[in-house]
Amino acid sequence: MSGGSLHSVGVAGDPASPIHRLDPRAKLIGLAGITVVAVSTPLRAWPAYAACAAALAIVAALARVSPKTLWTRARLVLPLVLFVALFVPFVREGQPVDLGPVTVSQEGLATLATVSAKAILGTLSAVLLGATTSFPDVLHALERLRAPRLLVLIAAFMYRYLFVIADEARRMKAALAARGYAPRHALQAQAIGRVATALFLRTYERGERVHLAMLARGWTQAMPRLDVLSFTRSDALFLTVLATPLLLVRVIA
Amino acid sequence: MSCAIHARDLRFAYPNGVAGLNGVDLDVAHGERVAVLGPNGAGKTTLMLHLNALLTGTGRLEVAGLRVGEDDVRDLRARVGLVFQDPDDQLFMPTVREDLAFGPLNLGCSRPEVEDRVAQALATVRMTEFADRAPHQLSLGQRRRVAIAAVLAMHPSLLVLDEPSANLDPRTRRELIETLDAVDRTMLIVTHDLPLAARLCERAVLLSAGRVVADAPTHELLRDEELLAAHDLELPEGFDLSLVTPR
Repeated sequence: MSGGSLHSVGVAGDPASPIHRLDPRAKLIGLAGITVVAVSTPLRAWPAYAACAAALAIVAALARVSPKTLWTRARLVLPLVLFVALFVPFVREGQPVDLGPVTVSQEGLATLATVSAKAILGTLSAVLLGATTSFPDVLHALERLRAPRLLVLIAAFMYRYLFVIADEARRMKAALAARGYAPRHALQAQAIGRVATALFLRTYERGERVHLAMLARGWTQAMPRLDVLSFTRSDALFLTVLATPLLLVRVIA
Repeated sequence: MSCAIHARDLRFAYPNGVAGLNGVDLDVAHGERVAVLGPNGAGKTTLMLHLNALLTGTGRLEVAGLRVGEDDVRDLRARVGLVFQDPDDQLFMPTVREDLAFGPLNLGCSRPEVEDRVAQALATVRMTEFADRAPHQLSLGQRRRVAIAAVLAMHPSLLVLDEPSANLDPRTRRELIETLDAVDRTMLIVTHDLPLAARLCERAVLLSAGRVVADAPTHELLRDEELLAAHDLELPEGFDLSLVTPR
């Protein structure tokens, strides 16, 4: 686990931009909406994809999030998402296209293109949400939008303790290396398994201690909130301006 | 007059049979600062968890005027603030400010009052400018100060700290001692750090194998080298107790 990639996340761009200052609920609904439009658009309805891309570009420009930031962050997720789409041209039946050593179907290629477009648009929406909204704010928005409380709670703890656990894993890895551990073949990977077990047990014990600490401060099953979100006219405006053209293009295309 | 802590024959055994407390008798008056000293495994942390009814053994225990095990635990936890040894266990909210607000909100305080308490507690530990940081962005010393603030924001009448100086560098440790010295509360400090005990607490109890084996003014207790050695404790080499002004 690399700590570097963990620390490179968070709010980017201009924190004072009109997008950053929107209610997190507006951003969550708006950007998730773009994803929904992209995902639900049929094959070959390219204008709808173009409209989604344009909407994302405008939001990114307003928030002053640079394409470089978007690319570096999307790069972490995209290979995983695109990996699945890569097989489609090989398994899909249809008119064969000869690509040197392999033969793929034309329908498959078209599917690959649209699936990739959907994946890229979805990933960029998520990245943009992450770059304009702090993670606690996203959680807060989810909670207020009545997402299942348990899931929000789990996400909150994951975010809080990811760094702690990553640190622990790094220390254990260093301790292994310090004692000359340099695996050369699969059989020597046993030590990694032990580290994982130890890490799991430590995390479990920590969970118990955190629970005690929460009880000690009067916790009663509900997560109290200090800040109140306010959905203002500019939030409604943002959603309207974003949704109207997208839905129009989506229906016409 | 009621005591801050009044324990008689407190016993507790862990499910695996290990005795945590083996008949603890302890009285702490309001306004006192008491150090709980003892080797590893003496039952210090077990005792601390009892003060908040997070563990319940047999025997009699009254804390901050409430009978543990009989009166409402909500009241008890509002009156007794526990600061855990590892601040990562205690700071679980995404930002410092939200973490400090967690306790007062659970107590049902109004929002303006919560804001007030948070600001006041942050000022006490001199962490005001870190209010919107995430706990993982702070150093250990800063996290420990925030953990103390998180408990202070609940306005407890009794403050219980578990190894507050563990793993701190000398300067951070000194600053933490100064911070604690400025807090005007009844305090129970569980520690191995004998010089810290000498500096902050007028009274010390020595816990060993689950019982109180000594209870005396801190300086008197720390001067008894034989007693300390019998319970695996010793002052740091070259440390001169007479240079520390007793509280």
